[in-house]
Amino acid sequence: MSMDRREFLKIAGLAGLGLGIGAGASGWIFSRGLEASDFIPSPGALTAKRWAMVVVLSKFKTEDDYKRVIKACHKFHNVPDIGNPKDEIKWIWTDTYEHVFVGQENEYLPEAFKEKPFPLLCNHCTNAPCVRVCPTKATFKRKDGITMQDYHRCIGCRFCMAACPYGARSFNWRDPRPFIKETNPTFPTRTKGVVEKCTYCVELLEKGEMPKCVQASNGGLIFGDLQDPNSEVRKVLSENFSMRRKAELGTGPSVFYIIGGGEEDV
Amino acid sequence: MYDGGKIITGIIIFLLFATFPFYYNIGKAHVKPDPKLDTPVIKQLKEKKCVESKAYMRANHMQLLDKWRNQALREANRTYRNEEGKLFEISLQNTCMRCHSNKQKFCDECHNYAEVKPYCWDCHFVKEAKEGGAAK
Repeated sequence: MSMDRREFLKIAGLAGLGLGIGAGASGWIFSRGLEASDFIPSPGALTAKRWAMVVVLSKFKTEDDYKRVIKACHKFHNVPDIGNPKDEIKWIWTDTYEHVFVGQENEYLPEAFKEKPFPLLCNHCTNAPCVRVCPTKATFKRKDGITMQDYHRCIGCRFCMAACPYGARSFNWRDPRPFIKETNPTFPTRTKGVVEKCTYCVELLEKGEMPKCVQASNGGLIFGDLQDPNSEVRKVLSENFSMRRKAELGTGPSVFYIIGGGEEDV
Repeated sequence: MYDGGKIITGIIIFLLFATFPFYYNIGKAHVKPDPKLDTPVIKQLKEKKCVESKAYMRANHMQLLDKWRNQALREANRTYRNEEGKLFEISLQNTCMRCHSNKQKFCDECHNYAEVKPYCWDCHFVKEAKEGGAAK
């Protein structure tokens, strides 16, 4: 069979038109399902342009102050206690000054200060390295600055763990369920093979509540909008000297540490 | 035909093998899935209606759940306004499963029949799991 150029173009044009009509029609048929339904932010949700947290170290006096905060978070979020450091899952934890502020230590620091634990959590960086490396966009930035983790998309490659300079992410090497002592039936667990971390309690913010750790901290943790000049975090930051972890890396961490003498009331 | 006997024997063996599922199941009772809606919460509802119509939910609940998940998690829209303008909190565990607390008699009934294995329950809890053993 032979075909001249003119004939070929005619047939190709008709075929293209037919395909276009078919695609349009099927698109219309499949999109018809629900017309009036839509999605809205929950009424009464707490919103911000840039969520941030201030850790007021002077309010953490006894071991119980740390434990209470960690327990409030881990219990609510069904974080398992596996009991060995290799498999450990943590959303909020503690470490000492020389590990927290690497490069800023000096041997003449007060002894009490060298030993003092610092509460640590995900810094929800402005320029989050974990988000940059995630191949599936399972971890992403929300408009309000929260670095969020979508476990449905996580393939467990652990690039984000390698990228995070704060060690804020944990990998589920095994099914976490047997290691959760008391489960909170209103919150899901995670599954084997996904990475997890602190979420600034998005699910609570969207119900109008403060994050669990903030609620349990008795003023030791202050949470608010960094872009709102009248917010409590801004007020506290404008009145006190504060530090951020490894800010020199350019990540833009949003967790601030106020390491005052310990006596003044913030 | 060359080698006719071998070819015909081969075809017969192939047909017997390929149609095995059909004659193996002849005469066996065909049990239709029968999802139950008799949970205590549903019994107390005045108007027994899901977030959308029964026909829509039956055909498209997976698309709806997929949209719910992406909107809640990625777009921070945790409230769903349905066709009638009613508002629902977007949550598989706290909204869907509050009424449909009978996962084994509701979800699994059709999922097992259709041999689909959604992995929702690897993470999300089912209340009945507390009473009756494994959650998965």
